[in-house]
Amino acid sequence: MAQTVFAPWEDPNEKPLIQFKNVTKRFGDFTAIDNLSQDIYTREFFALLGPSGCGKTTMMRMLAGFENPTEGQILIAGQDMAHVPPNERAVNMMFQSYALFPHLSVWENIAFGLKRMKMPTDQLTNRVEEMLRLTRLTKFAKRKPHQISGGQRQRVALARSLARAPKLLLLDEPLGALDKKLREETQFELMDIQEKTGTTFVIVTHDQEEAMTVASRVAVMDEGRIMQVATPAKIYEEPNSVYVADFIGDVNIIQGKAQKTSADGYDIHWADGHEPFHAKTSLGLADGQTGFIAIRPEKITVSADKPEGAMNAVKGQIVDIAYLGNMSTYHVKIPGGLVIKAQAANTRRLSRRAFTWEDEVWLSWTLTAGSVLSE
Amino acid sequence: MRRFTWFNATALTLGFAFLYLPMLILVIYSFNASKLVTVWAGFSTKWYGELINNDAFLDAAWVTVQVGVVSSTFATVLGTMAAYVLVRVGRFPGRTLFSGMIYAPLVMPEVITGLSLLLLFIGIGLDRGIFTIILAHTTFSMCYVSVVVSSRLVSFDKSLEEAALDLGCSPFTAFRLVTLPIIAPAVISGWLLAFTLSLDDLVIASFTAGPSATTLPIKIFSAVRLGVSPEINALSTIMIGIVAVGVITASIVSKRAAVKQQQDEQAAARAT
Amino acid sequence: MRRLFLISVPYLWLLALFVVPFLIVLKISLSDTALAIPPYMPTLGFSEGWAGIKQFFADLDFENFVFLTEDDLYWKAYLSSLQIAAISTLLTLLVGYPVAYGMAMAPDEWRPTLMMLVILPFWTSFLIRVYSWIGILSQEGFLNQFLLWTGLISEPLMILNTKIAVYIGIIYTYLPFMILPIYAALEKLDGSLLEAAEDLGCSRLSAFWLVTIPLSKSGIIAGSFLVFIPALGEFVIPSLLGGSGTLMIGKVLWEEFFSNRDWPVASAVAVVLLLILIIPIILFQRNEQKEREKDQ
Repeated sequence: MAQTVFAPWEDPNEKPLIQFKNVTKRFGDFTAIDNLSQDIYTREFFALLGPSGCGKTTMMRMLAGFENPTEGQILIAGQDMAHVPPNERAVNMMFQSYALFPHLSVWENIAFGLKRMKMPTDQLTNRVEEMLRLTRLTKFAKRKPHQISGGQRQRVALARSLARAPKLLLLDEPLGALDKKLREETQFELMDIQEKTGTTFVIVTHDQEEAMTVASRVAVMDEGRIMQVATPAKIYEEPNSVYVADFIGDVNIIQGKAQKTSADGYDIHWADGHEPFHAKTSLGLADGQTGFIAIRPEKITVSADKPEGAMNAVKGQIVDIAYLGNMSTYHVKIPGGLVIKAQAANTRRLSRRAFTWEDEVWLSWTLTAGSVLSE
Repeated sequence: MRRFTWFNATALTLGFAFLYLPMLILVIYSFNASKLVTVWAGFSTKWYGELINNDAFLDAAWVTVQVGVVSSTFATVLGTMAAYVLVRVGRFPGRTLFSGMIYAPLVMPEVITGLSLLLLFIGIGLDRGIFTIILAHTTFSMCYVSVVVSSRLVSFDKSLEEAALDLGCSPFTAFRLVTLPIIAPAVISGWLLAFTLSLDDLVIASFTAGPSATTLPIKIFSAVRLGVSPEINALSTIMIGIVAVGVITASIVSKRAAVKQQQDEQAAARAT
Repeated sequence: MRRLFLISVPYLWLLALFVVPFLIVLKISLSDTALAIPPYMPTLGFSEGWAGIKQFFADLDFENFVFLTEDDLYWKAYLSSLQIAAISTLLTLLVGYPVAYGMAMAPDEWRPTLMMLVILPFWTSFLIRVYSWIGILSQEGFLNQFLLWTGLISEPLMILNTKIAVYIGIIYTYLPFMILPIYAALEKLDGSLLEAAEDLGCSRLSAFWLVTIPLSKSGIIAGSFLVFIPALGEFVIPSLLGGSGTLMIGKVLWEEFFSNRDWPVASAVAVVLLLILIIPIILFQRNEQKEREKDQ
């Protein structure tokens, strides 16, 4: 299929929908957002990911208009939003608590925002019905919020915030209150609805799996700054820092001294008397500079004998095995005391597995399996 | 594990007997045929008849109800505003004084509140009457209203108001369409509390009432100073009856609502 | 703009009808008694300009407060009020605690009803509740009739118009204020704590002393202040049940104002009463503050 990849951020002619320009937000002495600049494009599903207190919620509340930046500018469709109150923004928000009006029915909740627009009655009725269909809530239109389930409430909140057809929809931990199974289903539903309506979504979450699943781009945040913005795959495969690598998924970090061996080849000397690990990177490191290899457990092979021709191989002892059903994680202690996690798929039955506790094994990985990081 | 022992049962029985026996005696003896209040001389409703024909009491009752309705309505409006300021408006100059002025009247002895208001009314040359009682009652009961309403506002999910703003409401519309309907039960109980306090007040009313307006408590007080009278017993019985019916109805209504909500939630849980 | 309106309406109302009146009381307490209308000197007049204002402040003095210390009626009344308030608070605690404890131990389905039964008297007229005791405590009242009938006494007791009647009146009217905070504290108490105490070797009684009482301390303190503070300035109860022999400062203030028409002295009495009240009020506020911090 000749579908072009959706990547407006790589097109220099594309105009961003949202622009943060050197935005700083302070609450008293506390700096929630620290001189942050970022563009977000139309039809994007943009995820703000980070631990609590990293400033992701503040960014969202500034977009909604509940907070104003202390310094800097926020532009939506080229317009400076500084003095635009929340009720005059073409932005709607889906609240973490859903914030459904308990005294109004599902129908009235969805119609609430439309009534404020003074929409004619027949048009309003059509719009509400359309939203109810989109979120599969038609049966529950007359119920009050406390008479429906958590998943249904979540969909009412979504329908209510989409009803006004905002340019931008903000979702604050939208699936946080749902259990795991429902959450996974709803993630796909959200993506589906985003595609159907063509609305730009900005989602705030602390759940990295959720961000990776739904988003076109993920921004990993820490202490009021964006550490890295990239597509989920890129964030996972090519993190730009130990912080990002560590935050997203499971990772082994091996610290050592870098030594340049070719144009993009480096040796990382991680322990005296052991052969350095070899890796490739376009990152320019000086000889002797501290470097890190970040390598995902599933990219490390476990074998009984030293594999022929492996670029990186190290011998160690299994100290722990975590059986996860479809795969097992081996915790292998290598010389110097570092414990490396390696994952192997359980293609055989348990009784016929090759390794057990205290076995000596070889760990190996390819030249490009790990990322070299300088910080 | 909680254990409900004979000791607990005795304590509850004696405690509630202590609380209710005096009122029960009052009610029973309001139907006494004799003027001697402690000697039972047969059942009669004649004191109720005399009460109905006692214009002084009826006038005082009418004044009391007027004062109660008007002052508690003002107090509810002012108290709700004050509660909103206390809970929602962040810092402003004089905030400490403001919250002090809200809480101080709650612990101020009535004699002092009454005295100080009277001296104010005299100082500015305001003739004492219904109007001054209303001013006085509004002032102290608005503080009670604001305590009741602010405790509800504290637990109010602020994101509901933000959602209303987000969906296009101005701050005032958001208050009218979302906040007010949700905190309405607290506002109503604030009004009822203010109304009861106003009906009940003797001391502040005595200071601020003029010769043109006498409230029921003032009337009752001057009557009972002379001792027990069967007419006052009858009047007390009527007042106790109104309160009992009101409170019991209110508690049944709120219990029904709670049960219904619980059933709805259970139904919703099953629906998923 | 809207914010300013929202703040200023209740703010100005309370300033005008709570703070200003109190400043007037303070001012009059520093003035002299006069046979005039209004019956005090000096009055603040601006007709004489700056000199008049200076003269006004020069005329204020602490004469009335000195008078309060000289005439033993007043300090006796203060002491007697403190004593009556303290004793009745203690008695209310002794009556209220077992009731609150019983409520907390009662089966869950009884509790809303028990709660309502405690609150119901609060909605009933205070005056009527005090009045109901006159018929019970008087010489030919129900209590004496009952005691004579049982043969415990041979002559009717004099209860009405004594301090005992005032204690009973205060206990009766303020009992809900004592029960509710103690019940609130006891209700939060985790039953497994008592089981743990017994498991660790306490008898039931010592578990009560060592666990239940300390954990309901905040409720006891709150309830005690809620009774003590209003009891100190009480007027209705001593004047209906206490007779002429019972001195309480609320009553003295009332009589000073209405019978003697001595406004400056009445104002001074009020100012001193308030100064006495400040200590328990601050202690009460602290207790509440501590509770709120614990809850967070």
